[in-house]
Amino acid sequence: MTYRVGQRVRIAARPHEGHHRTPAYCKGKTGRIERIHASFPNPETRAYGEDGLPEQRLYSVGFNPGDFRVSVDIYEHWLEDAE
Amino acid sequence: MSEHHDHDHPHEPIAGDGVPAAARAQALEELLVEKGIVSRTEVREEIDWLVSRSPADGARLVARAWVDPEFKQRLLADAREAALELGLDPGPSPVVLAVENTEAVHHMVVCTLCSCYPRALLGPPPDWYKSLPYRSRAVSDPRGVLTEFGVELDEDVELRVLDSTANIRYLVVPRRPSGTEELDEEELAALVTRDSMIGVSRPAVPA
Amino acid sequence: MDRAVHDRGGWPTDAPIDRSEHDLADWELLTDALAHVLAGKGLMNVDELRRGIESMPPDEYEQASYYERWLYSIETILTEKGVLAPGELNA
Repeated sequence: MTYRVGQRVRIAARPHEGHHRTPAYCKGKTGRIERIHASFPNPETRAYGEDGLPEQRLYSVGFNPGDFRVSVDIYEHWLEDAE
Repeated sequence: MSEHHDHDHPHEPIAGDGVPAAARAQALEELLVEKGIVSRTEVREEIDWLVSRSPADGARLVARAWVDPEFKQRLLADAREAALELGLDPGPSPVVLAVENTEAVHHMVVCTLCSCYPRALLGPPPDWYKSLPYRSRAVSDPRGVLTEFGVELDEDVELRVLDSTANIRYLVVPRRPSGTEELDEEELAALVTRDSMIGVSRPAVPA
Repeated sequence: MDRAVHDRGGWPTDAPIDRSEHDLADWELLTDALAHVLAGKGLMNVDELRRGIESMPPDEYEQASYYERWLYSIETILTEKGVLAPGELNA
């Protein structure tokens, strides 16, 4: 895996046509890796009838939008190092 | 199939071309059966599984975790395995993750993109969980949402909102209410509400 | 940044959360079951189901009930794959 727990990361803010599971409110946000989940088939291609391989690592990323914390599950290819 | 009256709907649901959704769903099933793509038996069995799901299963996991600290650790490490240990069906979701509320952290679960939910252990999600306002406000004003649900958190409690955007399904292990030391596991499970396992409510208190 | 209609996190709203609940109607259970059976057969996976839902015209998405969206998606995806002929459900 590319990122480790505690690492500061940024969720990419790039536009994406079509199905993807990175919510708009998360794009461009900087946070920290909280958990490293398993890898899963990529929904962005699986949504169009492909097999979703190679699998993508999923991470729980935490950031604070206000007086609370959001932990959101983001695929590795949407993350960038922000250390 | 049992009789069911959706008198709660203010209008006849329209799914397309003015055909009510109920008729459309039935027509879809008939077509797919006719074409040999699905069988009525398969559909009925799936419906049977769906209606068999209830929050009682999740409540059993929580109650066991409350009385057995080592089980709680196993639950937090791998909720699927912990469910299987109790003879429960964790369902097809690849990963179910139990998260624990403590005196320092309160968790709340949402799926802002659709309605992902640990259905095998909690039953079908309530309408409000799937609603646009909840999906919107859970990640912009979660304390306001909790206030609507009648929950006020102490200011020093961290509120953590989990957005299930991918393959992980989250189950909240709420804090055991005080004054429950004399209750057995079954009595404890009866206190664990569905909403407390979503994180918008606290468990019931003993009468 | 532009967002699709299903992408609701933080969407501006003053709407209160309607906490009333309803038991699932037979047709809703049926719709749910069909989607799962189709997925089990490899005919329509959950990502396709979601993609189909997200392809609804935005105002239809917002007006539709939860399982109306599923029904729309199943019909859309199966038609796309040629399992259903266009408009076959209307016949």
